Amino acid sequence: MADPAANGNTDSGGSRIGRVPAGYWLAGAFLLVVPSFASNFVMYQIFGWSFILGMISLSLMFLAGYGGMFSLAQMTVAGLAGYVVAICGTSAITDISQNWPWYINIPAALLIAAIFATIVGWLAVRTEGIYTIMITLAVASAFFYFTRQNYVLFNGFSGFNGIFPPQLFGVDWRNPIAFYYLALFWAVFWYLAVLYVSRSPMGLALQGIRDNPRRMAALGFDVTLHRVAAYTFAAFPAAIGGILLTWQSAQISPGTAGIGPVIDILVIAVIGGLRHPIGPFVGAFVYVILKSFSIDILVALGMAGERFQLLIGLGFLAIVFWSPDGLLGLWAKLRDLNRRDPLIGRLVRRL
Amino acid sequence: MRLSDRHVGRRSATGSSNALELRGVSKRFGALLALDDVSLTLRPGERRAVLGSNGAGKTTLFNCISGDFPPTAGEIRLYGEDITAFPPQERIRRGLRRTYQISLLFTGLSVLDNVYLACRGVLRRRFSMLRPSRSEPAFLSAVELVELAGLDEVGGVPVSELSYGQQRQLEIAMALAGAPRLLLLDEPAAGLSPTERQALVDILKNLPDHIGFVIIEHDMDVALQVSEFVTMMHNGRVFKEGKPRELESDAEVQALYLGEVDG
Repeated sequence: MADPAANGNTDSGGSRIGRVPAGYWLAGAFLLVVPSFASNFVMYQIFGWSFILGMISLSLMFLAGYGGMFSLAQMTVAGLAGYVVAICGTSAITDISQNWPWYINIPAALLIAAIFATIVGWLAVRTEGIYTIMITLAVASAFFYFTRQNYVLFNGFSGFNGIFPPQLFGVDWRNPIAFYYLALFWAVFWYLAVLYVSRSPMGLALQGIRDNPRRMAALGFDVTLHRVAAYTFAAFPAAIGGILLTWQSAQISPGTAGIGPVIDILVIAVIGGLRHPIGPFVGAFVYVILKSFSIDILVALGMAGERFQLLIGLGFLAIVFWSPDGLLGLWAKLRDLNRRDPLIGRLVRRL
Repeated sequence: MRLSDRHVGRRSATGSSNALELRGVSKRFGALLALDDVSLTLRPGERRAVLGSNGAGKTTLFNCISGDFPPTAGEIRLYGEDITAFPPQERIRRGLRRTYQISLLFTGLSVLDNVYLACRGVLRRRFSMLRPSRSEPAFLSAVELVELAGLDEVGGVPVSELSYGQQRQLEIAMALAGAPRLLLLDEPAAGLSPTERQALVDILKNLPDHIGFVIIEHDMDVALQVSEFVTMMHNGRVFKEGKPRELESDAEVQALYLGEVDG
């Protein structure tokens, strides 16, 4: 699919368009024509859901792949954005929902998600490695239990249902084709945005901090502020993903951002690969395929259908074991097999 | 070179004072007194070698000056300004630069990106999410520095694939980014081949006059060629100071240090 080396070094001349690998054009063309042959289920559940989970995982990939910060709170940021849309907008829970128009409740959702992510970041950036994971996991579980127990604002255990996207430009965005293109647009938008930002001073500084925080400070960068800013930026793809997820299922409840989904986002990012923004989308696609079809396969083999988690778990183990860079890493390994110098075993680079 | 207004203003305001002034600087790690009441003065543009055996406190001295580990006692002034309590990035923005004994580079990024980051560190808009254009001053000076360090052929290569000597050269290039006024060079010649050493000496000798440096170096050839004044350290204290030639002939110094390094 995508070429992970494409994020390479400060590019050397030539038009930007001309240097896009052929795989991207093929994948892009394919994704554009999917609605012409795919069923509603495939468009809405398989691709739509992959794009959404991909975006939420992308926010983790940005933090972890470029910044070395493994935040488990990205699903929580997405869930919060979904909740704000439900609370400020329209839902079946008329006692709580404010019925504000989309041009207020969507910006409100993005803003609140960004503020929340910034606070989480502010807490988490003082820690490293396993402690970042612990703190963000604590935030995620606190959010889960709080939404489950708070009935005034979050409507407790049952959450909200009947949340529909606004009827903009005369289009019913819940229609599978319309929703497919909506999710595709935002997925591509955030994919390109993350790719673009990765080469900006902000993105390069983040990668520098990942490689060597002490040296970054010795170059004049404020390491803590950059890390917090990364959390703020990463809130946006997660929040858009959360809003789309809420529209897709027409509901949001504590379980949407429960511990299971929180871990799933990490699994998706790791399966796909953390080194390039395409990874989370590859991982999300594999995850959705497994989740949607493994039940049938397992039942056909005479096993209980709910064991699909076992398949995902085994896949996760295999990936972590053989290819720490995820599926992208496997792809890169295969591609590099015939580009290695037979004597020194190192990659032969075209300078 | 390319100075932001901020830097120019600051320099002219403090131009008459010493480049670096340490008064009674001590650093204690638990029971170990790594630096014991060190005082040191550098004129602007002065080139100073710091010698001493392993454990004499040379790198700790650098860590205190650069702010990596602040001193436990004493005062540090950079061009007249008290920087004792400043975090590293604030010291860097005032014209201080350092290299590390063990290369601390961004191994996942290319050579050019490493130098570009070094150039961007002292400029505004460090949080910019816009990609740099090819005509951006920081980008142009990064290209220039990569050439100066003789690394232009490997500009696009990830640092993890560089040879040791190339990584050391990259360290120097990064220390020269922005508008440096005072460099702290921690064993820049360690691990370099004789040819690379000569290239390093040339780079250091050809630095503009207003750039001073303090160099820690075990290779006496390199250290004495590039410095005008030498400070000997021993057990965390300043042991002796003088012109290179005076110290070379000093019996105590020879017993302490020169004797240990076979020429």
